[in-house]
Amino acid sequence: MAKRSPPTEFIIERDDEKCIACQVCVRMCSNDVHSYDTETDAVFSDSAKCVGCHFCETICPTGAITIGRNPSEFKLNANWNAQVIKNIIKQAETGGVLLTGMGCDRPYPIYWDHIVLNASQVTNPSIDPLREPMELCTYIGRKPDKIEIQITNSKSQIPNYRLQTLIPPQLKLETPILFSAMSYGSISLNACRSLARAAAEIGTFYNTGEGGLHKELYRYSPNTIVQVASGRFGVHKEYLEAGAAIEIKIGQGAKPGIGGHLPGEKVSEEISSTRMIPQGTDALSPAPHHDIYSIEDLKQLIYALKEATRYKKPVGVKIAAVHNVAPIVSGIVRAGADFVAIDGIRGGTGAAPTVVRDSVGIPIELAIAVVDQRLREEGIRNQASIIAAGGLRNSADVIKAIALGADAVYIGTAALVAMGCSLCQSCYTGKCNWGIATQDPYLTKRLNPDIATQRLVNLLHAWSLEIKEMLGGMGINAIESLRGNREQLRGVGLSDIDLKLLGIKPAGEAW
Amino acid sequence: MGCRLCEVYCLVQHSRTKNIIKAYKGEYPKPQPRLIVEEKGHISFALQCRHCEDAPCLEACITGAMYRDKNTAAILCEENKCVGCWMCIMVCPFGVIGRNREGKKVISKCDLCIGAETPVCVKNCPNEAIIHEERK
Amino acid sequence: MNYFLGKDISGCGLVGVMDQSGRRFSGRDIITSIACMRERANGLGGGFAAYGIYPEFRIYWCFHMMFESKSAMVQTEEFLRDNYKLVKDEIIPTKEDKYVRYRPLLWRYFLQPKEEKMKLHYDLTEEDFVVKTVMEINTQIEGAFVASSGKNMGVFKGVGYPEDIGRFYRLEEYEAYIWTAHGRFPTNTVGWWGGAHPFGLLDWSVVHNGEVSSYGINRRFLLNYGYSCAFFTDTEVMTYLFDLLVRKHKLSFEIVADILAAPFWDGMERESPEKREILKALRITYGSALVNGPFSIIVANSESMIGLNDRIKLRPLMAATFENKLYIASEESAIREICPTPDKVWMPKAGEPVIGRLKKQNG
Repeated sequence: MAKRSPPTEFIIERDDEKCIACQVCVRMCSNDVHSYDTETDAVFSDSAKCVGCHFCETICPTGAITIGRNPSEFKLNANWNAQVIKNIIKQAETGGVLLTGMGCDRPYPIYWDHIVLNASQVTNPSIDPLREPMELCTYIGRKPDKIEIQITNSKSQIPNYRLQTLIPPQLKLETPILFSAMSYGSISLNACRSLARAAAEIGTFYNTGEGGLHKELYRYSPNTIVQVASGRFGVHKEYLEAGAAIEIKIGQGAKPGIGGHLPGEKVSEEISSTRMIPQGTDALSPAPHHDIYSIEDLKQLIYALKEATRYKKPVGVKIAAVHNVAPIVSGIVRAGADFVAIDGIRGGTGAAPTVVRDSVGIPIELAIAVVDQRLREEGIRNQASIIAAGGLRNSADVIKAIALGADAVYIGTAALVAMGCSLCQSCYTGKCNWGIATQDPYLTKRLNPDIATQRLVNLLHAWSLEIKEMLGGMGINAIESLRGNREQLRGVGLSDIDLKLLGIKPAGEAW
Repeated sequence: MGCRLCEVYCLVQHSRTKNIIKAYKGEYPKPQPRLIVEEKGHISFALQCRHCEDAPCLEACITGAMYRDKNTAAILCEENKCVGCWMCIMVCPFGVIGRNREGKKVISKCDLCIGAETPVCVKNCPNEAIIHEERK
Repeated sequence: MNYFLGKDISGCGLVGVMDQSGRRFSGRDIITSIACMRERANGLGGGFAAYGIYPEFRIYWCFHMMFESKSAMVQTEEFLRDNYKLVKDEIIPTKEDKYVRYRPLLWRYFLQPKEEKMKLHYDLTEEDFVVKTVMEINTQIEGAFVASSGKNMGVFKGVGYPEDIGRFYRLEEYEAYIWTAHGRFPTNTVGWWGGAHPFGLLDWSVVHNGEVSSYGINRRFLLNYGYSCAFFTDTEVMTYLFDLLVRKHKLSFEIVADILAAPFWDGMERESPEKREILKALRITYGSALVNGPFSIIVANSESMIGLNDRIKLRPLMAATFENKLYIASEESAIREICPTPDKVWMPKAGEPVIGRLKKQNG
């Protein structure tokens, strides 16, 4: 048979008793799944086109639609499961690389779910965050090895202290959570606006990603981290000046070793002018930076950026978590980076080849643990802050990341879900019904920045409160006392080598 | 965003049963929404009576059926005085007054949802695109 | 020696007395004072630190050693002879006391680092060299533990109530210008001689009441600067933090108090701009040295005695002065027991250090 399309993934179930044929679903679905037939005055659905974004289900005024999994089953086969078979069919049809969006969905072990936290009982009082101060304030940047203070007129009753050491530039965060790099292009301008506004309101930062910075967002520069990626999209003098910090992107967790990919469908006029590329062309970032082939080249770029911005801003590096992440980060710190962002295998993306997303990289939990330990052993941990990224789903993941050694965390997928995303993984098509991963003006309208900003602020506010509760439970009232404090973690159901790499004890073992 | 849920909820609010399923499937004649969504390309917005300060329809009404509600300042139509001359329809600069299609020879227009706390189009717009506020 | 390598969590009571003029006095008072707080201990540890007790040997490093076995002693002596000139060594005199059971071998050594060893380690100061050898003994020689390693001072400790330990060591026969004492209430089942307080290194001694929730990170922060914590006790971490911040980074005690019991960010806003800048810089750089969790500590070295509470004062600490003497204790009753009419009595605030300094003498 020449034409064979893989069986559909979702089946639309429409409750006829509830469907009032208002046609809202017909109007709203960007994949043209639903249509209205005037003769029968009924709406019917073509399940084959459904991507499972749940927009119609959410917006239906009577709740008549349910998105179900297609019950049509292949014969049970542990090795050749349905997904694998469908992928082969698609490739046989098209001869192309399979693309997908968002983060790795394979069932690799999630170490977060095997780590538990401590609480104070008897020997140490727990602290109530609603009644006592609980500090989440975090500073990102290079810290000096020690402080020198000059004491003048020490003979008098009140000696005068003067600070001799210069503190390198820092970013001040009110909560240890930042918004991860999501380029303007992979997401809509409304989504970028929402992230920028939410960051400004909470007192944290968002990252431009490799898409450059849209002119309208320059006013949020005190809360912006600008990214310099391998394609150098949108990188010019004002761009560097506009960031509160600069991040050199070497890699990302979703596709370590390859560059960013923005399909031509998503390159509109605005994107074209922001990124400085022709409209409609695929924006493919090269795999390496073609001027960084080794660590000494990276050092050169870091200092070039520092010179260009007069050493007033922290300059950091983002890498994907790979096998040799510990020595790599050690090298990056010694090359002058003020912070290092590490993106684990669960990191998300707008478009990546499925095989790369699912098989390349290591989990962030192990990466932070080994990096933090290695830097301390070398005596250079204070020289750069570590930001962990890659599929952090809730405040418990955040607090565990900090206890393992991260200074702060980046959230990407979680922020998008807060704005409406339902992880249908079709970002690369540019037809996101929620108005997030698209440039189509019909669709981008749907993301109201007022609403999305509020939702992001709510998310960070809620997580910050939960973190405070957990800190108080451990008898700690400042986040610095949890950072790297692995005594507050225990492992459940982990092997000896996992425990050793994470640097934590098994549950049941006391101090 | 062009979904027209405002039209749906307006219809339900002005139905007999106020139940969405019964209003669409059970009621005859079918209730009528009092607003319309205008669209061109990707631009769309909901258009309903502006309840103008110097309303031309108030002036044009020959029987005095059109009046301004003392509490809400909305422009309303007393159905038993309306004779269906359609003068208000012709004079309205926004074109938001329509003919009642439910069998009566009267006009149909936005009444700011008398009896409800907030107009239902405002309350139910999924993207908060419709705002109801006082303007001095 | 029952060597339970679990972390010690202390309940406990503390006392410290210092004569700031340098005049020495007997250990009798301190024993009386700590006995008053018997209820704060549970008999699983008690100890004392004394400064100025070996005036004839004041220029030599004095190591107070505990040996579990004769072979540990032999091994240690070999190591010491290799690195130091052994000026004098003798058993630490003790008295029979039925409450102090299972005693290890207690010996003291007066030492001077060998010249050729110092030349070999030309990048280390004499203090760094001593620290290095102490850590080697503690981690590598099985059954040997260095209780103190300072000049003209010593730590006397063991398993038992502090007043019994004090009498056991015949402390009423010694005269010192600083005495500190501690009674332990650990929540582990077994106490061991090395785990009692004070913890000593060089001329630092620390007695501690509390539980450090930030222990995990404080320990790893010290690792960054080359200190490896072998004993899983909070007190060890405190001692090393003082050694790092005061001896190596040369910060004053007031500044160290602002690091260990750092003021809240909100509180900093109320300070003057210069002070705020300093406090902020300290917290940014030394955030991992912030000691979180309840604590009261009394730290002493040859010239000073410092009492400090955690940033929200979750453990008691009282201070008093009488003429030249400074008293710091967990309870006022312990002070009044030996000083019935102090000139001034006060309760230090959270994070506010109480500092006693030896007045500079001529010669």
